[in-house]
Amino acid sequence: MAQAVHEATGPPAGAPVDLPRPPASIVPLRGLPFAIAVIGGMVAAIATNAEWALDFYHVVGGGLWTAIDLFVGLVVGPIIGSMSIPARIEFSTRFMPKMALIMPTLVTMTLGAGWQLARHLGNLAPGSVNHGWLVASYIIVGVMTVIALGVLEPANITVLFELRKPRPNPAVIEKLMKRFIYTAGITGAMQIATLVIMTRIATQ
Amino acid sequence: MTAIESSTPTLPGDGGHQPVDAGEARRLPPVAELAVATLVLIVVGGIYLAAEMQAGASVTPAVVLLVAAVVLLAINFAMLSRAQQFAWRRFRVVGRWTLLAYVVIAGMLEYVFIYDGVRGSTLAVLSGMLAVFAIDVPLILAFTVARFANERE
Repeated sequence: MAQAVHEATGPPAGAPVDLPRPPASIVPLRGLPFAIAVIGGMVAAIATNAEWALDFYHVVGGGLWTAIDLFVGLVVGPIIGSMSIPARIEFSTRFMPKMALIMPTLVTMTLGAGWQLARHLGNLAPGSVNHGWLVASYIIVGVMTVIALGVLEPANITVLFELRKPRPNPAVIEKLMKRFIYTAGITGAMQIATLVIMTRIATQ
Repeated sequence: MTAIESSTPTLPGDGGHQPVDAGEARRLPPVAELAVATLVLIVVGGIYLAAEMQAGASVTPAVVLLVAAVVLLAINFAMLSRAQQFAWRRFRVVGRWTLLAYVVIAGMLEYVFIYDGVRGSTLAVLSGMLAVFAIDVPLILAFTVARFANERE
Protein backbone atom coordinates (compact mmCIF):
# COMPACT_ATOMS: atom_id res chain seq x y z
CA MET A 1 0.00 0.00 0.00
CA ALA A 2 2.71 2.40 1.05
CA GLN A 3 4.73 1.40 -1.99
CA ALA A 4 1.71 2.01 -4.21
CA VAL A 5 1.27 5.46 -2.72
CA HIS A 6 4.93 6.13 -3.21
CA GLU A 7 4.79 5.07 -6.82
CA ALA A 8 1.71 7.20 -7.38
CA THR A 9 2.92 10.34 -5.71
CA GLY A 10 6.70 10.08 -5.44
CA PRO A 11 9.27 11.26 -7.94
CA PRO A 12 10.59 8.98 -10.67
CA ALA A 13 13.15 6.37 -9.61
CA GLY A 14 16.62 7.80 -9.30
CA ALA A 15 15.45 11.40 -9.23
CA PRO A 16 16.93 13.35 -6.31
CA VAL A 17 14.40 14.90 -3.94
CA ASP A 18 15.30 18.13 -2.18
CA LEU A 19 14.59 18.00 1.52
CA PRO A 20 15.47 20.31 4.41
CA ARG A 21 18.61 19.24 6.24
CA PRO A 22 18.18 18.34 9.90
CA PRO A 23 19.79 20.67 12.44
CA ALA A 24 23.50 20.26 13.18
CA SER A 25 22.67 19.03 16.68
CA ILE A 26 20.75 15.75 17.13
CA VAL A 27 18.89 17.17 20.14
CA PRO A 28 17.26 20.63 19.70
CA LEU A 29 19.48 22.79 21.90
CA ARG A 30 16.90 25.57 22.23
CA GLY A 31 14.59 23.15 24.03
CA LEU A 32 17.20 22.06 26.56
CA PRO A 33 16.59 24.93 29.06
CA PHE A 34 12.89 23.97 29.23
CA ALA A 35 13.75 20.31 29.83
CA ILE A 36 16.31 21.27 32.50
CA ALA A 37 13.75 23.55 34.20
CA VAL A 38 11.14 20.78 34.25
CA ILE A 39 13.59 18.20 35.66
CA GLY A 40 14.89 20.77 38.17
CA GLY A 41 11.33 21.35 39.38
CA MET A 42 10.84 17.61 39.77
CA VAL A 43 14.06 17.31 41.82
CA ALA A 44 12.81 20.16 44.06
CA ALA A 45 9.44 18.42 44.46
CA ILE A 46 11.14 15.16 45.48
CA ALA A 47 13.61 16.89 47.81
CA THR A 48 10.82 18.75 49.62
CA ASN A 49 8.33 15.85 49.48
CA ALA A 50 5.63 18.39 48.61
CA GLU A 51 2.59 16.21 47.91
CA TRP A 52 0.85 18.65 45.56
CA ALA A 53 4.03 19.14 43.48
CA LEU A 54 4.66 15.38 43.30
CA ASP A 55 1.04 14.81 42.28
CA PHE A 56 1.25 17.60 39.69
CA TYR A 57 4.44 16.22 38.12
CA HIS A 58 3.15 12.65 38.10
CA VAL A 59 -0.32 13.43 36.72
CA VAL A 60 0.78 16.03 34.14
CA GLY A 61 3.78 13.98 32.99
CA GLY A 62 1.84 10.72 32.89
CA GLY A 63 -1.13 12.29 31.10
CA LEU A 64 1.05 13.83 28.41
CA TRP A 65 3.18 10.67 28.04
CA THR A 66 0.09 8.46 27.61
CA ALA A 67 -1.70 10.89 25.30
CA ILE A 68 1.33 11.46 23.06
CA ASP A 69 2.11 7.72 22.89
CA LEU A 70 -1.47 6.84 21.93
CA PHE A 71 -1.84 9.76 19.51
CA VAL A 72 1.46 9.13 17.77
CA GLY A 73 1.04 5.34 17.73
CA LEU A 74 -2.57 5.13 16.67
CA VAL A 75 -3.20 8.37 14.74
CA VAL A 76 0.05 9.90 13.45
CA GLY A 77 1.82 6.56 12.83
CA PRO A 78 -0.69 5.18 10.29
CA ILE A 79 -0.75 8.57 8.53
CA ILE A 80 3.06 8.52 8.23
CA GLY A 81 2.85 4.93 6.97
CA SER A 82 0.63 6.03 4.08
CA MET A 83 2.93 8.91 3.04
CA SER A 84 5.48 8.76 0.26
CA ILE A 85 9.02 8.02 1.44
CA PRO A 86 10.30 11.59 0.80
CA ALA A 87 7.31 12.95 2.76
CA ARG A 88 8.03 10.52 5.62
CA ILE A 89 11.64 11.66 5.68
CA GLU A 90 10.66 15.34 5.68
CA PHE A 91 8.22 14.72 8.53
CA SER A 92 10.83 12.73 10.50
CA THR A 93 13.42 15.47 10.03
CA ARG A 94 11.19 17.90 11.91
CA PHE A 95 9.43 15.50 14.27
CA MET A 96 12.12 13.21 15.68
CA PRO A 97 14.53 15.78 17.21
CA LYS A 98 11.63 17.20 19.22
CA MET A 99 10.52 13.75 20.37
CA ALA A 100 14.12 12.97 21.39
CA LEU A 101 13.82 15.77 23.94
CA ILE A 102 10.13 15.68 24.93
CA MET A 103 9.67 11.98 25.68
CA PRO A 104 12.65 11.37 28.02
CA THR A 105 11.66 14.52 29.94
CA LEU A 106 8.04 13.35 30.34
CA VAL A 107 9.07 9.82 31.28
CA THR A 108 11.56 11.09 33.88
CA MET A 109 9.06 13.45 35.53
CA THR A 110 6.30 10.80 35.55
CA LEU A 111 8.38 7.97 37.00
CA GLY A 112 10.50 10.08 39.36
CA ALA A 113 7.54 11.88 40.88
CA GLY A 114 5.39 8.71 40.80
CA TRP A 115 7.86 6.62 42.78
CA GLN A 116 8.29 9.33 45.42
CA LEU A 117 4.52 9.88 45.61
CA ALA A 118 3.92 6.15 46.13
CA ARG A 119 6.58 6.12 48.85
CA HIS A 120 5.09 9.24 50.48
CA LEU A 121 1.57 7.73 50.46
CA GLY A 122 2.77 4.34 51.74
CA ASN A 123 1.80 2.46 48.59
CA LEU A 124 5.23 0.78 48.31
CA ALA A 125 4.63 -1.18 51.51
CA PRO A 126 3.78 -4.86 50.85
CA GLY A 127 0.71 -4.54 53.09
CA SER A 128 -0.74 -1.65 51.09
CA VAL A 129 -4.01 -2.29 49.27
CA ASN A 130 -2.39 -0.73 46.18
CA HIS A 131 0.82 -2.80 46.26
CA GLY A 132 -0.37 -5.36 43.70
CA TRP A 133 -1.47 -2.63 41.30
CA LEU A 134 1.89 -0.91 41.72
CA VAL A 135 3.75 -4.13 40.87
CA ALA A 136 1.57 -4.42 37.75
CA SER A 137 2.57 -0.87 36.82
CA TYR A 138 6.28 -1.77 37.33
CA ILE A 139 5.86 -4.61 34.83
CA ILE A 140 4.17 -2.29 32.32
CA VAL A 141 6.89 0.32 32.73
CA GLY A 142 9.49 -2.46 32.36
CA VAL A 143 8.01 -3.59 29.03
CA MET A 144 7.85 0.00 27.80
CA THR A 145 11.45 0.61 28.97
CA VAL A 146 12.73 -2.32 26.92
CA ILE A 147 10.78 -1.15 23.86
CA ALA A 148 11.85 2.49 24.27
CA LEU A 149 15.55 1.94 25.08
CA GLY A 150 16.12 -1.25 23.13
CA VAL A 151 14.09 -0.61 19.99
CA LEU A 152 12.76 2.93 19.52
CA GLU A 153 15.50 5.24 20.82
CA PRO A 154 18.28 3.53 18.80
CA ALA A 155 16.08 3.78 15.70
CA ASN A 156 15.30 7.45 16.39
CA ILE A 157 18.97 8.41 16.85
CA THR A 158 20.09 6.35 13.84
CA VAL A 159 17.49 8.01 11.59
CA LEU A 160 18.71 11.44 12.72
CA PHE A 161 22.31 10.48 11.89
CA GLU A 162 21.21 9.07 8.52
CA LEU A 163 19.39 12.31 7.68
CA ARG A 164 22.61 14.28 8.28
CA LYS A 165 24.44 12.37 5.53
CA PRO A 166 24.93 14.14 2.18
CA ARG A 167 22.88 11.35 0.54
CA PRO A 168 20.55 9.77 3.14
CA ASN A 169 19.45 6.25 2.30
CA PRO A 170 15.61 6.13 2.25
CA ALA A 171 15.60 2.33 2.69
CA VAL A 172 17.51 2.64 5.99
CA ILE A 173 15.08 5.30 7.22
CA GLU A 174 12.04 3.28 6.11
CA LYS A 175 13.36 0.12 7.75
CA LEU A 176 13.98 1.89 11.06
CA MET A 177 10.70 3.82 10.97
CA LYS A 178 8.83 0.51 10.67
CA ARG A 179 9.90 -0.21 14.25
CA PHE A 180 7.59 2.60 15.40
CA ILE A 181 4.67 1.05 13.52
CA TYR A 182 5.39 -2.49 14.82
CA THR A 183 5.62 -1.40 18.45
CA ALA A 184 2.68 1.05 18.37
CA GLY A 185 0.18 -1.71 19.25
CA ILE A 186 2.21 -2.94 22.25
CA THR A 187 2.83 0.58 23.52
CA GLY A 188 -0.86 1.48 23.06
CA ALA A 189 -1.99 -1.60 25.01
CA MET A 190 0.50 -0.84 27.79
CA GLN A 191 -0.68 2.77 28.02
CA ILE A 192 -4.35 1.75 28.23
CA ALA A 193 -3.44 -0.75 30.98
CA THR A 194 -1.59 2.10 32.75
CA LEU A 195 -4.74 4.24 32.63
CA VAL A 196 -6.77 1.38 34.19
CA ILE A 197 -4.16 0.77 36.94
CA MET A 198 -3.66 4.43 37.82
CA THR A 199 -7.38 5.15 38.05
CA ARG A 200 -7.79 2.03 40.26
CA ILE A 201 -4.97 3.19 42.55
CA ALA A 202 -6.45 6.68 42.80
CA THR A 203 -9.88 5.39 43.84
CA GLN A 204 -9.03 2.49 46.23
CA MET B 1 18.99 21.22 1.42
CA THR B 2 19.97 17.65 0.79
CA ALA B 3 19.24 15.32 -2.08
CA ILE B 4 17.68 11.94 -1.37
CA GLU B 5 17.70 9.16 -3.94
CA SER B 6 14.23 7.76 -4.46
CA SER B 7 15.38 4.55 -6.16
CA THR B 8 15.69 1.25 -4.26
CA PRO B 9 19.12 1.03 -2.62
CA THR B 10 21.29 -1.99 -3.30
CA LEU B 11 24.17 -3.76 -1.62
CA PRO B 12 27.79 -2.57 -1.97
CA GLY B 13 29.26 -3.11 -5.39
CA ASP B 14 25.89 -2.93 -7.09
CA GLY B 15 26.22 0.60 -8.28
CA GLY B 16 27.51 2.82 -5.55
CA HIS B 17 24.46 2.97 -3.25
CA GLN B 18 24.78 2.48 0.49
CA PRO B 19 23.59 -0.91 1.82
CA VAL B 20 20.12 -1.08 3.36
CA ASP B 21 21.64 -2.55 6.52
CA ALA B 22 25.39 -2.36 6.72
CA GLY B 23 25.33 -4.71 9.71
CA GLU B 24 23.79 -7.52 7.67
CA ALA B 25 26.07 -6.80 4.73
CA ARG B 26 29.17 -6.97 6.95
CA ARG B 27 27.94 -9.96 9.03
CA LEU B 28 28.27 -8.13 12.33
CA PRO B 29 27.57 -10.12 15.53
CA PRO B 30 24.08 -9.83 17.11
CA VAL B 31 25.23 -7.14 19.54
CA ALA B 32 21.93 -5.22 19.65
CA GLU B 33 19.91 -8.38 20.28
CA LEU B 34 22.19 -9.52 23.12
CA ALA B 35 22.22 -6.03 24.60
CA VAL B 36 18.40 -5.98 24.62
CA ALA B 37 18.44 -9.40 26.34
CA THR B 38 20.81 -7.91 28.94
CA LEU B 39 18.42 -4.99 29.41
CA VAL B 40 15.51 -7.41 29.90
CA LEU B 41 17.44 -9.23 32.69
CA ILE B 42 18.19 -5.92 34.41
CA VAL B 43 14.59 -4.72 34.12
CA VAL B 44 13.21 -8.00 35.51
CA GLY B 45 15.69 -7.81 38.41
CA GLY B 46 14.74 -4.18 39.03
CA ILE B 47 11.02 -5.02 39.08
CA TYR B 48 11.64 -7.89 41.52
CA LEU B 49 13.63 -5.67 43.88
CA ALA B 50 11.16 -2.78 43.65
CA ALA B 51 8.26 -5.13 44.42
CA GLU B 52 9.99 -6.93 47.30
CA MET B 53 12.24 -4.13 48.61
CA GLN B 54 10.16 -3.37 51.71
CA ALA B 55 9.13 -6.98 52.33
CA GLY B 56 12.64 -8.09 53.25
CA ALA B 57 12.61 -10.83 50.61
CA SER B 58 15.77 -12.66 49.44
CA VAL B 59 17.98 -10.84 46.95
CA THR B 60 19.19 -14.15 45.44
CA PRO B 61 16.90 -14.04 42.35
CA ALA B 62 18.10 -10.50 41.62
CA VAL B 63 21.77 -11.56 42.08
CA VAL B 64 21.26 -14.44 39.62
CA LEU B 65 19.74 -12.04 37.08
CA LEU B 66 22.57 -9.53 37.62
CA VAL B 67 25.28 -12.18 37.16
CA ALA B 68 23.57 -13.41 33.97
CA ALA B 69 23.40 -9.82 32.70
CA VAL B 70 27.10 -9.19 33.43
CA VAL B 71 28.10 -12.43 31.64
CA LEU B 72 25.93 -11.51 28.63
CA LEU B 73 27.41 -8.00 28.54
CA ALA B 74 30.98 -9.37 28.67
CA ILE B 75 30.23 -11.85 25.84
CA ASN B 76 28.73 -8.99 23.85
CA PHE B 77 31.81 -6.78 24.19
CA ALA B 78 34.08 -9.73 23.34
CA MET B 79 32.12 -10.40 20.14
CA LEU B 80 32.01 -6.73 19.20
CA SER B 81 35.77 -6.31 19.71
CA ARG B 82 36.35 -8.88 16.95
CA ALA B 83 34.07 -7.13 14.47
CA GLN B 84 35.74 -6.01 11.30
CA GLN B 85 34.63 -3.39 8.76
CA PHE B 86 32.79 -1.56 11.52
CA ALA B 87 32.31 2.22 11.91
CA TRP B 88 34.37 2.36 15.12
CA ARG B 89 34.78 6.14 15.03
CA ARG B 90 31.01 6.72 14.91
CA PHE B 91 30.56 4.01 17.58
CA ARG B 92 32.98 5.81 19.91
CA VAL B 93 31.44 9.29 19.35
CA VAL B 94 27.86 8.12 20.01
CA GLY B 95 28.98 5.76 22.78
CA ARG B 96 30.90 8.46 24.63
CA TRP B 97 28.03 10.96 24.75
CA THR B 98 25.32 8.44 25.55
CA LEU B 99 27.54 6.87 28.22
CA LEU B 100 27.88 10.31 29.80
CA ALA B 101 24.09 10.76 29.74
CA TYR B 102 23.33 7.33 31.20
CA VAL B 103 26.05 7.58 33.87
CA VAL B 104 24.35 10.81 35.01
CA ILE B 105 20.93 9.08 34.99
CA ALA B 106 22.29 6.05 36.87
CA GLY B 107 24.04 8.37 39.33
CA MET B 108 20.77 10.20 40.02
CA LEU B 109 18.98 6.89 40.60
CA GLU B 110 21.78 5.72 42.91
CA TYR B 111 21.46 8.94 44.89
CA VAL B 112 17.68 8.45 45.19
CA PHE B 113 18.12 4.89 46.49
CA ILE B 114 20.61 6.06 49.14
CA TYR B 115 18.41 9.09 49.96
CA ASP B 116 15.45 6.72 50.43
CA GLY B 117 17.42 4.60 52.93
CA VAL B 118 18.24 1.54 50.79
CA ARG B 119 21.24 -0.21 52.35
CA GLY B 120 23.23 -3.45 52.46
CA SER B 121 22.92 -6.24 49.89
CA THR B 122 19.87 -4.64 48.23
CA LEU B 123 21.84 -1.45 47.56
CA ALA B 124 24.82 -3.47 46.28
CA VAL B 125 22.65 -5.39 43.80
CA LEU B 126 20.83 -2.24 42.70
CA SER B 127 24.18 -0.48 42.17
CA GLY B 128 25.41 -3.39 40.05
CA MET B 129 22.22 -3.28 37.99
CA LEU B 130 22.56 0.46 37.48
CA ALA B 131 26.18 0.00 36.33
CA VAL B 132 25.14 -2.63 33.76
CA PHE B 133 22.24 -0.41 32.66
CA ALA B 134 24.55 2.61 32.22
CA ILE B 135 26.88 0.59 29.97
CA ASP B 136 24.29 -1.52 28.13
CA VAL B 137 21.99 1.24 26.83
CA PRO B 138 24.86 3.28 25.27
CA LEU B 139 26.08 0.02 23.70
CA ILE B 140 22.67 -0.50 22.03
CA LEU B 141 22.54 3.11 20.82
CA ALA B 142 26.14 3.34 19.60
CA PHE B 143 26.06 -0.05 17.87
CA THR B 144 22.76 0.66 16.10
CA VAL B 145 24.02 4.00 14.78
CA ALA B 146 27.41 2.56 13.75
CA ARG B 147 25.96 -0.47 11.95
CA PHE B 148 24.19 1.87 9.52
CA ALA B 149 27.24 4.13 9.12
CA ASN B 150 30.06 3.86 6.64
CA GLU B 151 33.35 2.51 8.00
CA ARG B 152 35.03 5.89 7.47
CA GLU B 153 32.40 7.76 9.51
